Amino acid sequence: MTATLDAPPAVLQGAAPDRRIRRQHRLAWIAKHSIAIVLAIMFVTPVVYLVLISLMTSDQALTSNYWPDTWHFDNYVRVFLVTPLPRYLLNTVIYAVLATAFMLLSSVPAAYALAKLRFRGRNVLFLTIICVMMLPPQVVTVPLYLMWARYGLTGTIWPLILPMLFGDAFSIFLLRQFLLTIPNDYLDAARVDGCGEWRTLLRVVVPMARPGIAAAALFQFFYAWNDYYGPLLYTGENENSWTLSLGLASFHSVHHVDWNLVTAATVLTMAPIIIVFFFAQRAFVQGVTLTGVKG
Amino acid sequence: MVAGSIPQKKPLRVRLRHHATVLSFLAPALIGIAVFFLYPLVSAVYFSLTKFDLLSVPQWVGLDNYKRMGEDPYLLQSVRNTLWMVVVFVPVRIVSAIGLSMLLTQLRRGASAFRTIFYLPALAPPVAATIAFVYLLKPGTGPVNTFLAHIGIQGPLWFNSPAWAKPSLVLLGLWAIGDIMVIFLAAVLGVPATLYEAASLDGANAWHRFRYVTIPTIQPVILFATVTGVIYTLQYFDQAAVAGSIASGQATVGAGISQNFGFPEGATFTYPLWLYTVGFRYNALGYANAMAVALFVVAFAVTVFLLRRSKAFSGEES
Repeated sequence: MTATLDAPPAVLQGAAPDRRIRRQHRLAWIAKHSIAIVLAIMFVTPVVYLVLISLMTSDQALTSNYWPDTWHFDNYVRVFLVTPLPRYLLNTVIYAVLATAFMLLSSVPAAYALAKLRFRGRNVLFLTIICVMMLPPQVVTVPLYLMWARYGLTGTIWPLILPMLFGDAFSIFLLRQFLLTIPNDYLDAARVDGCGEWRTLLRVVVPMARPGIAAAALFQFFYAWNDYYGPLLYTGENENSWTLSLGLASFHSVHHVDWNLVTAATVLTMAPIIIVFFFAQRAFVQGVTLTGVKG
Repeated sequence: MVAGSIPQKKPLRVRLRHHATVLSFLAPALIGIAVFFLYPLVSAVYFSLTKFDLLSVPQWVGLDNYKRMGEDPYLLQSVRNTLWMVVVFVPVRIVSAIGLSMLLTQLRRGASAFRTIFYLPALAPPVAATIAFVYLLKPGTGPVNTFLAHIGIQGPLWFNSPAWAKPSLVLLGLWAIGDIMVIFLAAVLGVPATLYEAASLDGANAWHRFRYVTIPTIQPVILFATVTGVIYTLQYFDQAAVAGSIASGQATVGAGISQNFGFPEGATFTYPLWLYTVGFRYNALGYANAMAVALFVVAFAVTVFLLRRSKAFSGEES
């Protein structure tokens, strides 16, 4: 995709040798790049501003100065000491890692069956999964909350993790779309060699589907990392189970944490996501595209 | 299909084996659908017909909860807020995403760097992004209003003004436009170059090529983005909740449940936010479930619309 982007787009090709037209093209070039630069600055500003505040003193963070008088990198250490951030971080990591692992265990086989096996009711099942995926979580919130309360698991993050053992609709959808792109010939070859369906999946399909699986895993990890509604619903009453998102939202109000530390915590919450993104950019963009490009 | 298909006219034993295999792949997902989708959906419908507050046994009240919905001024306000977001946010987001992706295809230098910059904010945790925007748009000391004052404009009160709170949320949403932009970018790049060449030969200028070649070709993606955008807006919760609590400055009181949802003056009370408040702050679970069932009906109608129009979602193998 990158390669396609850097090549001159078809729209611009076939420029006439005429000098006037060439000048027009150069002006258009400058205009387009200027717009892009202005927009890029606007997109970057919120994060830069957040970082700058996180390096100020607590007093300066309340002023309209945007450049730190003195640089306080120690804010990033202090926020771990004076707030329950370590606890929130641990909870968030447990949630994100386990949810992702469980999702893969349950959703890859389901996606494989939907993409590559024939059975009666396959279309109905696929449509049901789409419906689950499209369902606003608030619809089933109350009955599910009551169910988890019956098992004494409200106040913990387990109501968010355990369901992942039973398939995640969006992940199944994404993985199925990816698995459809794997030619059946490879599967048939494995079957002719005497592989059962499970061995075909594990030995042939999983290695070939690595980019799709990576994308699904990343989406799930990021979803859990960013989730606010789930932790608010289930752990609202028990601060020991709060995640980063939930903690961030209440730092200033409940804990009276100063703004410079709140912003430091905010930057720390964003950072892992951005780092992971740069390592896995291709899988990610491919995944996003896969969810919508087929129209 | 050599194997993996249902072997027609094969002995019963073989067919049973095939079904057992299929079931072994699908069992967890089937249990998940039953326990986390069908069961709560059915019980939401049941609870919606009862009066229920967690402390006592549900009491059958028929359609009372649904009748109450028509008389609840907060509910009407939340419906108006959510509709406002559907009508304003969804189109603005799509037009901006198409604009950005068109711009990206026109850049000869640094296109992939720009793409990354435009994409990244979509990944920012919604809570973190909301905090950043509340700070950015702070009426008194925020940099946006400071900048506007420099050029002689008095900035609005943004998240602190009933009139500007929702437009502020739209700005926040535009910042996180990356995922839908990438989808449009792929679609725009997928428009066959021959179509553009043919249009150029017919004397079409850039605008005509966009209007009569690009737009019709990416039509299915526009439909997809519209429907998923509506679904997303129907469940819009995090940003509205956090913006309300942070901007009001005092927010959360015990139990992590905010007293200042909807700040200011209910302007950010979206439908899901009101549903959550009714259910978990007022413990009016019967009424909350009636709201949930109504939400389901709307979301389901939108989903069915998408399923009937979109190829990506059809069960057929492509």
